[in-house]
Amino acid sequence: MITYIIRRTLYMLPLLILVSLISFALIQIMPGDYLTRASMNPQITQETLNQMKARYGLDKPFIVQYWLWFKQIITKGDFGTSFETMRPVYWTLFMGDRLMWTLIIASTTMLLTWLIAIPLGIYSATHQYKPSDHTLTFFGFLGLSIPNFFFALVVLWVLVAIFKVGNYGLGVGGLFDNRFIGASWSLAKLGNLLWHIWPAWLVIGTSGMAGLLRYMRGSLLDTLSLQYVQTARAKGLPEHAVIYKHAVRNAINPLVSMLGMSLPGLVSGSLVTAIVLNLPTVERAFWSALQMQDQYVIMGGLLFFSLFLLIGNLLADILLAWVDPRIRYG
Amino acid sequence: MTWFGRKKDEDKEIGKREYVSLSQGQMIWRAFRKHRLGNIGMVIIIILVVSAVFAEFIAPYDYKDQYNSYSFSPPSTLHFRSDDGFSLRPFVYKTTRQFDRVTYQPTFVADTSTKYYIRLFVRGAEYQMLGLFKTNIHLFGARSANGDDAMIFLLGADGYGRDLFTRTMIGGRISLAVGPLVILIIFPIAIVLGGISGYYGGGVDMFLQRFGEVFMAIPGLPILLVMGAALSGFGFPATIVFLGIIAALAIVSWAGMARVIRGQVLAIRQMDFVAAAKAAGSSDLRIILRHITPNITSYLVVAATLTIPGMMLTEAALSFLGYGIHEPMTSWGQLLNAATNISGIEEHPWLLIPGAFIVVAVLAFNFLGDALRDAVDPFTIV
Repeated sequence: MITYIIRRTLYMLPLLILVSLISFALIQIMPGDYLTRASMNPQITQETLNQMKARYGLDKPFIVQYWLWFKQIITKGDFGTSFETMRPVYWTLFMGDRLMWTLIIASTTMLLTWLIAIPLGIYSATHQYKPSDHTLTFFGFLGLSIPNFFFALVVLWVLVAIFKVGNYGLGVGGLFDNRFIGASWSLAKLGNLLWHIWPAWLVIGTSGMAGLLRYMRGSLLDTLSLQYVQTARAKGLPEHAVIYKHAVRNAINPLVSMLGMSLPGLVSGSLVTAIVLNLPTVERAFWSALQMQDQYVIMGGLLFFSLFLLIGNLLADILLAWVDPRIRYG
Repeated sequence: MTWFGRKKDEDKEIGKREYVSLSQGQMIWRAFRKHRLGNIGMVIIIILVVSAVFAEFIAPYDYKDQYNSYSFSPPSTLHFRSDDGFSLRPFVYKTTRQFDRVTYQPTFVADTSTKYYIRLFVRGAEYQMLGLFKTNIHLFGARSANGDDAMIFLLGADGYGRDLFTRTMIGGRISLAVGPLVILIIFPIAIVLGGISGYYGGGVDMFLQRFGEVFMAIPGLPILLVMGAALSGFGFPATIVFLGIIAALAIVSWAGMARVIRGQVLAIRQMDFVAAAKAAGSSDLRIILRHITPNITSYLVVAATLTIPGMMLTEAALSFLGYGIHEPMTSWGQLLNAATNISGIEEHPWLLIPGAFIVVAVLAFNFLGDALRDAVDPFTIV
């Protein structure tokens, strides 16, 4: 298992390099010269501009630029400089707690989705074809079918225009109201955070809910038709013991692979949501960089998302092997 | 005489039971008919597609026409009742924009002196019906008794005074076309590459899978945004951008599809009938086309139906963020681009209505796909 993990981790490197090459090529195609853009920025002197030009070979062909950028990464761990902030890329993408908020929002959303979807999936399977099953399926599909950005807009609109939350001193968007930004942590600040974060949970969570619910339902239905469940019933076990002790435990196994698989989905799902709800996350930093055509920050962002995706897939495989003794990786 | 293929008169002799032999397609259709939500989904899709095809006819105006004095006009209220009593034919009043003296906010005041009745098949802007012939007949319009026309905005108007209903009808074309067009590109690629990979295995399989993994390691939405930004930066005409978006969606999604098809082919290749075909001397091409492909066709249909909603959602998100479909073209996602800030939505909530069309269309495709999946599965008992 350890060798398998090491091998998979090493395999990520060539993948990431190829992804970076493709991404770099795509960004190069993007018209609009950031040099001209940067030269109009009064904060950047001609001197720094020339310095950057030489350092990244900005007037050289694409492959030379890529090589210079790549060399900086492996020799110095330097992912480049933002043309907007004139700070390193990792600072622009991650600082100001952006990485922390991305991880917090992704993990809490995932946790909530699981806590709600798994019991609902069990309920749906044990009430197969009953009206309640159909209702749950319907709402699951509805959540899946609402575009995240549209749902976020509707939630904002309902809060602002219908409930007029502004009248109660509550803002929407962002993670805190202005008076709490920079304030030290208190119960009131935590409450304010919860007030701002629940639309994000709702919007991002609903899109993943249906898949999980349907998967749990299907898996449990498959398990319930197996003979050992019949045996458990035949020997007179109470129904809840049959369901929860025998069936659910086995039915939930294949779902752990969805745990890892849903990670990248959470990030891209929250990309749009973070933009609409104005959440200070890595995704939003990536979005601003994209609008500014800030090439190295875009590159950094793409690599970060790609890494997230690969780690998610690896995690899925490891977890599956961990819970299911029949699966062995050589 | 087979057990399933009895003639009717024979049935009478045995009893009233009727035995019919069903083809695979008929069995799938029967199973599908029992799935109520799937049927509703299919009907909704048919309605949406028909209204997209006849969009210019259903819409009262040209989607590019700007009625500047009606900028941000709210949806027209359809009246049935007036001082003279009830009228079964709905009517609207002509509205004029007035500005509040203090806040300078526009308000639309209705002039209740003349009633403009909704009439069917009125003449309006000229258009090409189905690209075949020119006509100026529209499904409906508002006209008073003395032949005077009034504007009718069923879903309100946008900031340029363009009719949102018209734009939603026209925008549906792009939104509905994106999914099928992407599938048209990725399916041949995925079937060929996935088929080769699964059928031959070994080194070819290894190489194709590693190749596909690179594409699967690219984060979808972020890279689509980069590609969209690249496309929109050049100032290409809207049609080129549209085709570019289709291509971009195909680039990020073909690999996943190829991998699933590979898995299917791999499973079928090990079946006895393939071995039998091989023993009978069939060529590889014949086995792939005549023996394996028919076995994955139903799966492909389901996969296609379930791929469309994902593509629609992605296109909508891209267009909403301004890196997808461009003016003068429009799609449901692009229409929502006008509703990006909350103060705008608060004042003009009707700008959100095109989003409801996305939800309904995506939901319909999901239901249809779900029902088809159950229907083509031979292990589902109906």
